[in-house]
Amino acid sequence: MEKLINEFSVGLFFWQTLLFLVLLFLLKKYAWKPILNAVNEREKSIEDALNKAEEAKKEMAELKSANEDLLKEARVERDEILKEARTLKDKIIAEAKTKANEDAERIVASARESIQHEKMAAVTELKNQVAVLSIEIAEKILKEELSSEAKQSSMISSVVNEIQLN
Amino acid sequence: MQGKKIFKLLLFLLLITPSLTIASEEVAKEENSVKSEIKQDIMHHLQDAYDFHLFTDKTTNTHYGFPLPIILWDNGLHVFMSSKFHHGEAVAESKGNYYKIYHNKIYKTDAEGTLSMDENHHVTNAKPLDFSITKSVFSVMLISLLIFLLFRGFAKSYKKSHIPNAVGKFMEPLVLFVRDEIAIPNIGEKHYKKYMSYLLTVFFFIWFINLTGLTPLGINVTGNIAVTFCLALITFLITQFTSKKDYWKHIFWMPGVPVPMKFVLAPIELLGVFIKPFALMIRLYANISAGHIVLMSLVGLLFVFQNWFARGAFLGLTLFLSIIELLVAFLQAYIFTMLTALYFGGAVAEHDDHH
Repeated sequence: MEKLINEFSVGLFFWQTLLFLVLLFLLKKYAWKPILNAVNEREKSIEDALNKAEEAKKEMAELKSANEDLLKEARVERDEILKEARTLKDKIIAEAKTKANEDAERIVASARESIQHEKMAAVTELKNQVAVLSIEIAEKILKEELSSEAKQSSMISSVVNEIQLN
Repeated sequence: MQGKKIFKLLLFLLLITPSLTIASEEVAKEENSVKSEIKQDIMHHLQDAYDFHLFTDKTTNTHYGFPLPIILWDNGLHVFMSSKFHHGEAVAESKGNYYKIYHNKIYKTDAEGTLSMDENHHVTNAKPLDFSITKSVFSVMLISLLIFLLFRGFAKSYKKSHIPNAVGKFMEPLVLFVRDEIAIPNIGEKHYKKYMSYLLTVFFFIWFINLTGLTPLGINVTGNIAVTFCLALITFLITQFTSKKDYWKHIFWMPGVPVPMKFVLAPIELLGVFIKPFALMIRLYANISAGHIVLMSLVGLLFVFQNWFARGAFLGLTLFLSIIELLVAFLQAYIFTMLTALYFGGAVAEHDDHH
């Protein structure tokens, strides 16, 4: 301890204190402040950049999922449209078919009807002609039959005979 | 550019291990006095000096080095170069006063340089107030300048880009180490900022000074008690003057213990306030002094042994210890800064718990 006290140099202590304080002051002003500020700034900027990257990543993911949603929607819509088109097509074909059938039936029916008409008309005409012919024939026959007196009287007698007077 | 190269060269020179020049210093010694000369050299090295002594050629008795200014206050300012003392052999005259160096201290004497001693062989001559630029002061100036230039350049390089220059690339992790591993864990996020300048300065100052102590220049600054006292004193003063109410409360009226214990704890805690910086001072001083003694003794042993096998072994050991000392240089700077931060942390800590 005595050796230490003996060794202690006031001059050295004085200079050391002075120089150290000057160094402390100078370094504080010209080195530590700018260095720590720069380091802090850089750390902050790195943190910001990382945060931004994270955000961008999130945004990208969102965008991607949105895109996927959109794609899915579009696909569903397309499917729906296709389905609709298909049903529409089926419906149109079916409608056309039924209409065609109906038309055909109607045409056939009307044809049948007109055939019936024609037939009836023909039959009526035939009947009329037959009637006329038969009257003419009957006239001719009657004329033939009733040309003689004898024949007329026999005729009358047969009719009278036929009439039963009861 | 030129300046940069010289700077790098200087740095390189400063980082070479001490073995080489000390070895040349020891060449041509007479065998019988080798041991005592080694002892003298070590003691001489550990002490501060009034000139910057590099080495001595003992065959011709010429000293290589340069003188430093002597500044004395003795009823007026006396400034002269230490070359006037002729390495302690002559009496220096300044403005009618005579001074002599005896055991590395300047005493006021008469024209013949007579020193009067008491019975314990202590010099009784008057000592002038000595503010000389000694070897240690000169080294501190040089190293402070070096630190300032290095770190100012480092700080400036941030203006150009986010990435610092070459010095900065090496130093920035250390600055961040001081901030993230020393300041923040010990002081806390809230208060650490106001202590950063001191912690960084003290860390790099001690580290650089310790490192230059390992160069062949033979500087031993942190092995001076005055230097470590100064650093410990600043730590002590900052601790006391930035402390919060809780700090004093924990010293004088420890919460959470029975009242009689409070009376016991108060003097212990108060003593602790002074012991902490005292330990800081002694730790740094003792570690660096011991390191220098061990290294120089090992180098000395190379000359004591005349056998090449032993010399080879000691050369290896010296190299190994030099590397260990490089680690110690950093470690002591780290420990000093770390404990300083711990004391600052204690001064500003806010206790909401009762322990």
